[in-house]
Amino acid sequence: MVGLATVFGAGGGTSSYREIEDTDVIVLWGSNARFAHPIFFHHVLTGIRNGAKLFVVDPRRTASARWADRWLGLHVGSDIALAHAIGREIIAAGLYHRAFVEGSTTGFDEYRAAVDPWTLERAEAVTGVPADAIRELAHAFANADRAQMCWTLGITEHHNGVDNVLSLINLNLLCGHVGRYGAGINPLRGQNNVQGGGDMGAIPNKLSGFQDILDDDARHKFEGAWNCTIPPHHGKHLTQMFESMERKEIRALYVIGENPAQSEADSGHAIHILEGLEHMVVQDIFLTKTAELADVVLPATAAWCETEGTVTNSERRVQRVRKAIDPPVGARDDTAIIVELAHRMGHPEWDYPDSETIWNELRSLSPMHAGMSYGRLEEHGGIQWPCPSNDTFEPSFLHGRLWAENLADRGRLAPFSPVPWAGPVDLLSDEFPIRLTTGRRLDSYNTGVQSGAIASPLRQGETLDLNPDDAMRLGIDEHELVLVSSRRGSIKAPVRFDSHLRPGLAFMTFHFPDEIDVNVLTIEANDPKSGTAEFKASAIRVEKLQAPADTHLPVAGQ
Amino acid sequence: MTMMHETPVALPRRAVTITIDGDEVKVPEGATILDACKVHGTDVPTLCYGDTLDPVNACRVCVVEVEGNRVLIPSCSRKVEPGMVVNTDNERTRHSRRMVLELLGSSVDLSAAPNVQGWMQQYDADPARFGDANTMRTVQQPVKVDNDLYVRDYSRCILCYKCVDACGEQWQNSFAITVAGRGFDAHISTEFDVGLPDSACVYCGNCIEVCPTGALMFKTEHDMRQANTWNEAEQRQTTTVCPYCGVGCNLTLHTQDNTIVKVTSPHDHAITSGNLCIKGRFGFQHVQTFARD
Amino acid sequence: MDLRFPDATPTLDEVQALDSVLGPSLIAEGWEREHGGAHRAEALRHRLLPSLHALQDRIGYISHGGLGELCRRLDVAPAEAYGVASFYAMFSMEQRPPRVAHVCADLACQALGAGALLDAVQAECGPPNQTGVAGAWQPSPCLGLCERGPAVLVTEAGAPAHEAVVAPAIATDVAVALRVGPRGLGAEAPVVDAVPQASSPEGRSALVLLKRVGVVDPSSIDDYRAHGGYQALRAAAAMGPSGVIREVTDSNLVGRGGAAFPAGRKWAAVAGQPVRTHYLVCNADESEPGTFKDRVIIEGDPFSLIEAMTICAFATGCEQGFVYLRGEYPRALEHLQHAIESARSRGYLGANVMDLGFAFDIEIVRGAGAYICGEETAIFNSIEGYRGEPRSKPPFPVEAGLFGKPTVVNNVETLVNVLPIMLHGGQAFASIGTPGSTGTKVFCVSGSVTTAGVYEVPYGATLRELIELAGGVPAGRTLQAVLLGGAAGSFVRADEIDFPLTLEGARAHNTTLGSGVVMLLDDTVDLPTFLRRIAAFFRDESCGQCVPCRVGTVRQEEALVRITLGQRPAAENVHDMQVLRDVGRAMRDASICGLGQTAWSAIESAIDRLGAFEGLSS
Ligand SMILES: Cc1cc2nc3c(=O)[nH]c(=O)nc-3n(C[C@H](O)[C@H](O)[C@H](O)COP(=O)(O)O)c2cc1C
Ligand code: SF4
Ligand code: SF4
Ligand code: SF4
Ligand code: FES
Ligand code: FES
Repeated sequence: MVGLATVFGAGGGTSSYREIEDTDVIVLWGSNARFAHPIFFHHVLTGIRNGAKLFVVDPRRTASARWADRWLGLHVGSDIALAHAIGREIIAAGLYHRAFVEGSTTGFDEYRAAVDPWTLERAEAVTGVPADAIRELAHAFANADRAQMCWTLGITEHHNGVDNVLSLINLNLLCGHVGRYGAGINPLRGQNNVQGGGDMGAIPNKLSGFQDILDDDARHKFEGAWNCTIPPHHGKHLTQMFESMERKEIRALYVIGENPAQSEADSGHAIHILEGLEHMVVQDIFLTKTAELADVVLPATAAWCETEGTVTNSERRVQRVRKAIDPPVGARDDTAIIVELAHRMGHPEWDYPDSETIWNELRSLSPMHAGMSYGRLEEHGGIQWPCPSNDTFEPSFLHGRLWAENLADRGRLAPFSPVPWAGPVDLLSDEFPIRLTTGRRLDSYNTGVQSGAIASPLRQGETLDLNPDDAMRLGIDEHELVLVSSRRGSIKAPVRFDSHLRPGLAFMTFHFPDEIDVNVLTIEANDPKSGTAEFKASAIRVEKLQAPADTHLPVAGQ
Repeated sequence: MTMMHETPVALPRRAVTITIDGDEVKVPEGATILDACKVHGTDVPTLCYGDTLDPVNACRVCVVEVEGNRVLIPSCSRKVEPGMVVNTDNERTRHSRRMVLELLGSSVDLSAAPNVQGWMQQYDADPARFGDANTMRTVQQPVKVDNDLYVRDYSRCILCYKCVDACGEQWQNSFAITVAGRGFDAHISTEFDVGLPDSACVYCGNCIEVCPTGALMFKTEHDMRQANTWNEAEQRQTTTVCPYCGVGCNLTLHTQDNTIVKVTSPHDHAITSGNLCIKGRFGFQHVQTFARD
Repeated sequence: MDLRFPDATPTLDEVQALDSVLGPSLIAEGWEREHGGAHRAEALRHRLLPSLHALQDRIGYISHGGLGELCRRLDVAPAEAYGVASFYAMFSMEQRPPRVAHVCADLACQALGAGALLDAVQAECGPPNQTGVAGAWQPSPCLGLCERGPAVLVTEAGAPAHEAVVAPAIATDVAVALRVGPRGLGAEAPVVDAVPQASSPEGRSALVLLKRVGVVDPSSIDDYRAHGGYQALRAAAAMGPSGVIREVTDSNLVGRGGAAFPAGRKWAAVAGQPVRTHYLVCNADESEPGTFKDRVIIEGDPFSLIEAMTICAFATGCEQGFVYLRGEYPRALEHLQHAIESARSRGYLGANVMDLGFAFDIEIVRGAGAYICGEETAIFNSIEGYRGEPRSKPPFPVEAGLFGKPTVVNNVETLVNVLPIMLHGGQAFASIGTPGSTGTKVFCVSGSVTTAGVYEVPYGATLRELIELAGGVPAGRTLQAVLLGGAAGSFVRADEIDFPLTLEGARAHNTTLGSGVVMLLDDTVDLPTFLRRIAAFFRDESCGQCVPCRVGTVRQEEALVRITLGQRPAAENVHDMQVLRDVGRAMRDASICGLGQTAWSAIESAIDRLGAFEGLSS
């Protein structure tokens, strides 16, 4: 969200899903949408069947990559190098959209200078992607009338995730692939309301509707409505919070619907920090690992089927969630709990009888949501933001202003970002020669607290996926239990052969932390700009276990 | 539901006028005769037609007479042409519809197919006339229960191709199931009829979503039907949003006794067109099975 | 594509078989495999049918491992490939002996004693479809060898596979074939034996389309040229594409495949389509029981078909032609394959045909045992590597046919008619026959007849004249009925044979010429058995797509069996007669394609014209 907000002011994907069906070139970068966003991938498939070319950039030849006209299997963490090489090739071949670059962007010269060293040859050496593949993508992307750039955690879960995103946005700016129907830039959100959280202001630097917290007018508007003073400075993102907790500056924590004890990189360290808190309240529908550490646990209702409200998806569509079943005895709505807390803290004036009241307050404060009454959301199956008017809709894509006839109407021009390339922090060495990357499987979700209940015939449990040749060299058989070590710790995991992995690359998920805690291995190097951790690039070593191991599932982090 | 503006580039479509049962009906170019019949308020039975799928026009229960044609025409797939004169309800169309219902009824268990019993009466269909109803149920076979999520009861299958198209190129592109064999031996099958866990099935349930006869069924529904506890009259449907990834698929939760018993998705919603992945389709158990205190 | 392939591995034989059609093994799976995704898979899909043939030919069935390997290479989902393979009768999805004898049980052979042959084979070789033996036999639909029935086709899997026909056959032939394979059988009768008119000078002088059969060496392009070959193409080149279409239109040539659609209209429609590519499909599937004329033309004069297709391609702008050849025609395949190769090597096919500045080439696609694949849209699905199910029309082939592109589909005989049209002009062609039915027609005379074979006569000869030309029913027998147009046609009574064999004459007599089948039934033929065979044929050959045909053909056969075999009260027969009529009418009215629409025609005509069950129902 940070990357898009930096360039365009609004942190949301610029196109609707439907547009990807009508585009000419689709680039999925660091996204295994086939597994992680299956129904979005349906729209990609429709695009492919309509003739669009698909390029997938991913270290793994994922299920998505196998649908690609061309797969670019880059080394983990070399994304910026590859993006810059593509940009350089587009410029060198004279294929960039001169009018758009000159009229609607800023910083082209710096960008050109930044990418200039990234010849195809150098990029091939750094990224491992053959020069002809880079050229093919560059030319297809630039020559397309409409192209879509999409990414997921494969791009953001790095120590320099925001720079990764910016390097991709550069390419769309270069070719004018934004602000038009069918051309756009789309981050796919990992969770059902990541976008909505941002929309509502649950980020350190924005109020609801992406209004800047440093903007006095905006702040005063909210202060008036809420009858309180809002601190005029940025808050902390997750990594900064953990750092503050470690320094004992933050001593109490209120966790709503998160499971940081298992979802953070280097989880041993995370638990240690949480244990050092003076007071922790956890509000969740499950007794998670984090909740087990809490002083107070507030049982909540499942937002998607036990309460009323809204969520926002990856195409900025705000949609209603509705109550279908009664919650278990004792569980209460998140909002009811918060209001009750406010009452007990001495604010009896908090009066929200239902979710619609809260929503209407939001509409009165956030112009981009103003036109989204519950009635309209119902009638239209959700509405994409921005929707300032009660009567009309905006186009399904964002930033059409950049194509306005008059310069004055184009608003703030979109800046290029001449970001530097830096490889993964966790370097490969003789001691840790294998690159471990993480991701999702189709039938599982995050730490598995919800998806674990699916009686999925697909589930195989956590495995260390290895290229069969690598395994053979190490004398490891399929299903054998092995010791996996990084600079931070070791776990045991059974091996699964995957011929779609390149030699030297290993893969694990983070779906089964109770059995195998992958985050014992991952590195807690965080992106200073977004606070997202580097889950995607750890250096590991795989060893045979001494004695023939018992075949039972291993215990996490020894 | 009318989705908000989607394609700002489409040209306005011209209107075409045709005659249905003596009345002039105006519909946009590209509409089918079935669409026109809907506009006209004419009731036409359909079985293999799917509102999210390309018509295969295989069942032929929707046939109408279009003047100037030697044979009857499937209304679900034939596009309107200016000046078409359509008769939907004369002796000839009624005969073919009756025969289709009789022929299907003589070979398939249609008891879980909505509407069909009503059409049987409306068209005076008598499937038993081909011989003893039980011996004529030529495709009767045991229910396939090979996983915990959904079951396949091909004695209910009318071979409408919808599940194959939903699993295949039109939506899911997993190609786990196909029509195998030929003629009366044609049947829905995996390769060499292996069980679903050995097939390419990814348990999205998009086949269940389109099956018109209950041949494909949630295991929950199947079990409740077996136990005689399935009670559609008692059920409520609530549409909400999937709790998993950020795509935002709409789920319609079918609940009975405060329990989710199956999940569908609205066919007219632009995100899903009725399709879901395994998480959205079957990932509801955590709110009912886990102890959550 | 993220397909899931079975774990079963192919044998070396299967790998080699696939190599032979698909080229040396690519890296089939894993991180190094070829790029391309869905678009690559779409482009390769039409290799599916030939690949299935390769596996079947090599080991005699399609195994899990073989199918899996095929799917990996072509990026076809295993379920889809299974669905396609199991559609065709020639592919066995279960392990089967390498040698199989296909014993014709169909109509014409039935009139020639196929029933007795089947019994004798059973007695000598045991029951059909045995496993665990070196060779098995099975009853088969018409093999297109009706002029010398009862016919048997023997196949032997291996590298290379062998096929041979024995006709007329006796049980011992089958036993020998199963023991030692097709190579143990004697040579096949010469092609020209199927053309009785060729045996006399005056008979031969009447031949136009068949004139070179038995005269020209079918393996020599030079001999073909020495007998007038490629003059028609020169004439066509001189006229230019629109001139060719004008002459074909003027000739009033109509399709000989059964539907009698004007060829000129079809060609003009495709020529006028701005979309590229245009395709030409020659329909040589010839699976209508009693039809064997296309086989005779291809076996006896293959270059004439190649030349005719080249002219059509020139006129309609087709860059690629396909001959969809019936799978059970080994000699036709061999002759045509050889002819195409020589034409190509001599510049009569290829990038610049005869230096005339246009490109055209021909590929043979072998059918795999499905009558329905002769239907003009099912043939596209089959070539493209899908189940051979007819498509719904519109769109018509001339707009969206093979691979979704404008396509000319013509029967073999229709196409070779273009040669005389080019040589003598459309007007001259139109002056033969009648104004409504121009040119000559090749009729396939079979069944209870003295000299079965193909007969070429100008349209307008009466049915009686044709029967006399073939010597009538064998001495001492009397004519019971004639089946015109094959299983999809209709019967006429022995006292009805004086009408002219023209389209309009047939129509006036409420019958059809269809593809030119004239099958005689003498008094020894048991009509109920014959009718049950017709019903069984349609039940077996229905593709299964639409309900009226899929279930209707079964209910029709069941009712027919009950009527003809049951010793039952009259009321039950009356009931079943009504079932037949009701089902028949729905099949005719509501089926997708011509198969279902005609599945009741012959039986209806037997009831209404021959009074087939008059005695039974009372
Ligand atoms: C079930 C069925 C089978 C057919 N089989 C053949 C065939 O084997 N050969 C053929 O030429 N036409 C066959 N036809 C007719 C074709 O559909 C089509 O009309 C013909 O190939 C067009 O060529 P023509 O105009 O040259 O006759 C068949 C039609 C049906 C309905
Ligand atoms: S659940 Fe999905 S993948 Fe499985 S058969 Fe049905 S449509 Fe195909
Ligand atoms: S299983 Fe259902 S959807 Fe599939 S063909 Fe049969 S009836 Fe149709
Ligand atoms: S159904 Fe699947 S794709 Fe849709 S929101 Fe849920 S998890 Fe995502
Ligand atoms: S609904 Fe039209 S053919 Fe089945
Ligand atoms: S070959 Fe036997 S009927 Fe034709």
